[in-house]
Amino acid sequence: MEQIVNNSFKTQEYFVNMGPQHPAAHGVLRLLLTIDGEIIKNVDPDLGYIHRSIEKMCERDSYQQVVHLTDRMDYLSSHINNEAVCLTVENALELEVSDRVKVIRTIISELTRLASHQLWWGVMGMDVGALTTYFYAFRDRELINDIFEETCGARLTMNYNIPGGLMFDIHPNFVKRTKEFIAHFKTKLPEYDRLLTGNIIFQKRTKGVGVLTKEDAISFGVSGPVARGSGFANDVRKYHPYSAYDRVDFNEALFTEGDSFARYRVRIMEMWESMSIIEQLIDNIPDGDYNTPTKAVIKLPKGEFYQRVETARGELGVYINSTGTKNPYRVKFRSPGFSNLSVLNHIAKGAKIADLVATMASFDFVIPDIDR
Amino acid sequence: MTNEKIQNIVNGWGEGFEFSEEGSEFLNVVVPKEQLHSVCSQLRSHPDLNFDYLFCVTGMDWGEELGVIYHLESITNRHNIVVKVKTEDRENPTLDSVCDIWRTAEFHEMEIFDFFGIKFNNHPNLKRLFLTPDWDGYPLRKDYVDEANMIVK
Amino acid sequence: MEKKSIEMGVDKTRYLNQAEAEGFKEIVPDDFPGKVIPGGNGGNIVVTTLDNVINWGRSNSLWSLYFGTSCCAIEMMQTGAAKHDYSRFGFEVARPSARQADLIIIAGTIVNKMGPVLRRLYDQMAEPKYVIAMGACAISGGPFFYNTYSVIKGADHVIPVDVYIPGCPPRPEALLEGMIMLQQKIKTENMSNKVNPIDGFDEGEI
Repeated sequence: MEQIVNNSFKTQEYFVNMGPQHPAAHGVLRLLLTIDGEIIKNVDPDLGYIHRSIEKMCERDSYQQVVHLTDRMDYLSSHINNEAVCLTVENALELEVSDRVKVIRTIISELTRLASHQLWWGVMGMDVGALTTYFYAFRDRELINDIFEETCGARLTMNYNIPGGLMFDIHPNFVKRTKEFIAHFKTKLPEYDRLLTGNIIFQKRTKGVGVLTKEDAISFGVSGPVARGSGFANDVRKYHPYSAYDRVDFNEALFTEGDSFARYRVRIMEMWESMSIIEQLIDNIPDGDYNTPTKAVIKLPKGEFYQRVETARGELGVYINSTGTKNPYRVKFRSPGFSNLSVLNHIAKGAKIADLVATMASFDFVIPDIDR
Repeated sequence: MTNEKIQNIVNGWGEGFEFSEEGSEFLNVVVPKEQLHSVCSQLRSHPDLNFDYLFCVTGMDWGEELGVIYHLESITNRHNIVVKVKTEDRENPTLDSVCDIWRTAEFHEMEIFDFFGIKFNNHPNLKRLFLTPDWDGYPLRKDYVDEANMIVK
Repeated sequence: MEKKSIEMGVDKTRYLNQAEAEGFKEIVPDDFPGKVIPGGNGGNIVVTTLDNVINWGRSNSLWSLYFGTSCCAIEMMQTGAAKHDYSRFGFEVARPSARQADLIIIAGTIVNKMGPVLRRLYDQMAEPKYVIAMGACAISGGPFFYNTYSVIKGADHVIPVDVYIPGCPPRPEALLEGMIMLQQKIKTENMSNKVNPIDGFDEGEI
């Protein structure tokens, strides 16, 4: 009898396609899952559904045009992407920017990081099943968008950085509105904790799910909050500081458990640290020029130049190889999402499909950043 | 560790290495392609060097040669090195894979195969990642021409 | 005191008849893929009362499909959130399944690999269905027009489009105006004489 039951109920592995258009709202990522019942055996990502060949376009563009293309790569931290290319060009030309430019760039980068983490928090709650968090997060994100619109002119893809400084000076209301926003958001962030962090359903969905050890994190080249949730300390702002990060005092958010709940707490702590950085800088913006003039046609000297910055997702690297002409010979963007995605197969084996959704939400992918 | 000490250690592992530091902020070394795998595994396992974080893998077309550039960092000692490897064969270029030393190289080498056509020995899963499987040609090479899709300005 | 209209939204004559009244003839470029169907599809100035009621019901509860590929998707999500809310206009429900949707808002760039997916989704939707192209990338390739080998230069090479919304990305208010313009277009249709834009649609080279 037992033998009949075992033979007639043999299970079989089959393929399920988590297709390019799906409501987990991360963008166009296609995952080919090999599953046995509800347990995942293999995850095979299929990329390229938003591959816009930015690296090939850069070989025929001038350096100012390259800066404006990087906005669309990781659109949630667009200012930080622009800053990466501007810093590479300025270091190659050995151009000194004024203190005012460095401090303003740092403040706007931290505001961008706050906006990106707000959106991540809203979408993470939505993926796990709580729709309220979506509306709360976007309500607060609108306030940051209004500050950006007054100073930079646009809400999402702000082309505010150029090699040599900023495009125009900050609006007179910028300091006042930023201070009001910080005071307002400090009362809202404990509300986020009450809603989601202490929620027993959320904790059961994310504790112990998608565990990544520290040795695996280093070997897979993981960076950003994903690495810091596993105990791997590699914040570019601390170890290779740029702009005004060497004059501010902040803690690096580090947890050692390596599961999705640790990655969640890293980002919440990063939001507190961003507010503290802005508070240290907002009252003492030094006077000076907002722009150091460069020639209209920029030509870099012959050589290779590399610059690393910390976006909201991890470490972005820009590699420019120039032969002395007005277009770069080769531009390569080392995107944080690409290395983070390669870990997914390793940690999703043996988990259920719902665990995979919670893990992907805690990784915070932006697919155009992976596909470039 | 300073760049001279690293250079002295690496020089003892073989011959034909070219070191240079001009035009870049890191120490660059060009390695012949037969010795790539042994140099890389020694860079990883040597107790003073300990390069365990591979943070950037770039495919490159120098005009006549194709190649790969590896940017390495050590987490414990905080020093960097750049390893370059070239091959002159444009019809069927092959290089050794380093994905058993650093696991991040699996996806990066798939991307380089997709855009430049360089095949890697001992890679577990070499296939096209970004473009459709029936795409003709390797787009990021300098001699790629595509009149149907590209409007060139 | 002049009598004011209590209709909400934009005055429809501004779009449909005012252009002709000013003597402006629309010019369609020679290489435009597909067919141009003038506004007021199938119906003329006189629309019957039954059509009025049916069109009012249809236009005020359009259900859209989740389809956002890149940056414009964030602005579409902002339009759905609390400050500018598109559920005031009836677009409350955004369904992930194509069978339950009758509007697709293409927000983002369409790439060579994604073209067949978009076409298949459009074919799965049930008639009558409408398309809004949001953002510069969906209209004509946008900033990715020159020197790329993998971008389809405009979503109208793949499926027929009803409303184009320019911007990179367009503001939430611009998206709302585009949606209201589509509602006005639906209100002047006549269901029995409607010409389906997909018949004989020139697909060109995908």
